[in-house]
Amino acid sequence: MSLLVQLSHRFGDFALDVYFEAPAGVTALFGRSGSGKTSVVNAVAGLLRPDHGRIVLDGRVLLDSGRGVSIPVHQRRLGYVFQEGRLFPHLSVRQNLTYGRWFAPRGPGADFDHVVSMLGIEGLLERRPGALSGGEKQRVAIGRALLANPKLLLMDEPLAALDEERKAEILPYLERLREETAIPVLYVSHSMAEVARLATTLVLMEAGRVMNVGPAEAILSDPDSVPALGIHTAGASLHAVVAAQDEDGLTRLEASAGPLYLPRVEAAIGTRLSIRILAQDVILSRSRPEGLSALNVLPATVTAVRLGNGPGAIVQLRSGDDLILARITRRSTLALGLAPGADCFAIVKTVAVARINVGAAG
Amino acid sequence: MLDGLTGGLFPDLTADEWRAVMLSLKVSFWATALSLPLGVAVAYVLARYEFWGKQALNGLVHLPLILPPVVTGYLLLLTFGRRGAIGGFLEQTFGLVFAFRWTGAALAAAVMAFPLMVRAIRLAIEAVDPKLEQAAATLGASRIWVFATVTLPLMLPGVIAGAILAFAKAMGEFGATITFVSNIPGQTQTLPSAIYSFLQVPGGDAKAFQLVLIAIAIALTALFLSEWVGRSVARRIAGS
Repeated sequence: MSLLVQLSHRFGDFALDVYFEAPAGVTALFGRSGSGKTSVVNAVAGLLRPDHGRIVLDGRVLLDSGRGVSIPVHQRRLGYVFQEGRLFPHLSVRQNLTYGRWFAPRGPGADFDHVVSMLGIEGLLERRPGALSGGEKQRVAIGRALLANPKLLLMDEPLAALDEERKAEILPYLERLREETAIPVLYVSHSMAEVARLATTLVLMEAGRVMNVGPAEAILSDPDSVPALGIHTAGASLHAVVAAQDEDGLTRLEASAGPLYLPRVEAAIGTRLSIRILAQDVILSRSRPEGLSALNVLPATVTAVRLGNGPGAIVQLRSGDDLILARITRRSTLALGLAPGADCFAIVKTVAVARINVGAAG
Repeated sequence: MLDGLTGGLFPDLTADEWRAVMLSLKVSFWATALSLPLGVAVAYVLARYEFWGKQALNGLVHLPLILPPVVTGYLLLLTFGRRGAIGGFLEQTFGLVFAFRWTGAALAAAVMAFPLMVRAIRLAIEAVDPKLEQAAATLGASRIWVFATVTLPLMLPGVIAGAILAFAKAMGEFGATITFVSNIPGQTQTLPSAIYSFLQVPGGDAKAFQLVLIAIAIALTALFLSEWVGRSVARRIAGS
């Protein structure tokens, strides 16, 4: 599958001017509030008609303003999961889920029972949306979109209205969605943690323009994209396999560069996980430290250094098969002689890794 | 049977008076039932679309509310009378006559009640979140299906309220009706016209008073019915 989006549109003072192509998988549109992400998704859905634009999904032209083509919303066959769920209040959960079926062409499609059990909403079917919690509503909304047999799933900040606990409850379902269905997803978010867990392709947006497009892992571990991602939220992901559940509440994982200890991760031994380490949580040392409380000490080699305009610097390191980012001071970078090729150790406190940053490996 | 049942309560009323009550119910029912689809359509257009002439349409709909009823009745006579532009056409084409018939009373009642009906329904439509309609469209529903499966069920309490309000207004319509179709006992004499007639003759007060009681009973029944139906529909929609 491929999605081509080319748009230009003016809203008063704000100009949207976007071009990107997305391959299969989860494509995340990431950027600050007001950068135009939702407008892009609405244009793809057909809810916003841009001044000029061309949108092609798998060779099917959804919009071509040059030729006067604009397929109406209800014929585009895209599932849309809105930030606020938008479940129909007068219908039961079951009726909400099957709503799109009435209009989808006959033929094999998403299996009702499978979708319902994947989202864990078996027990809610006879309820009304008014009686659901925020997290339950969003899961039903995702199921409703899936069961309409869409060619593309659009998700506009589907977790933004939820608290951290609910987010952590839904993210695994979205990861399963990525693994178990072949439906491509266009995912809007301003949360780095969500994007890092879900996205296979990243589109960075700023002030109505696309700043960068590429594979998510490459962009997230690129020191040059740190300013756009936000220095406090930037960080690369390590891959590791659950090796043991220790009795003192820690989980031991094996990363390619060595063992990694995290607060208890509820996952079976042998599960492959992706762990995002924030750049600002990493300490670098030229020699193996001793008498240190931090449990995670990974041998690494510097691969790139980016000195910013301020007192900070971003160091990219290769640790085993993974890339890590570390945000340290320019002074330390110079004092320790951290240049590409230098060997060092990356130190990460066990408790610095937040639950939301531990996800299934994509 | 009706006479036997009600004769005890209202001893002074004769068959003619009962006919006025039944005629009023019939006129109000048809006035409401036939204008309801148009009321929903006009309310929807006014609530959801911006177009040239919207203010003119809105004004036209509200005209019967602000004009003296006698003026509305006279205008109806001019247009829907047997020599009126529309009335003449309808009589020749469909054999449908309004002037001095109960059908004319229904038309007058419908026109007079229309603004109230449209206002109630329009408020209900404006309370339906267009975001839900967008969601339905993304799921594959065309505009008509969106209306039938999302907008209409959600605005239903307002439609019911509007219909019952219109029915009550139609029951009480007097000025336009008497101007358009006169006050012929057994043919075009509605409940209000009958009350008016009794008040014109000496000693008619007792009969008039009994008809007033009937009018109050019908109005209150309609009011309670609308409250009850509206509440149960709203409860069903809210899903509790």
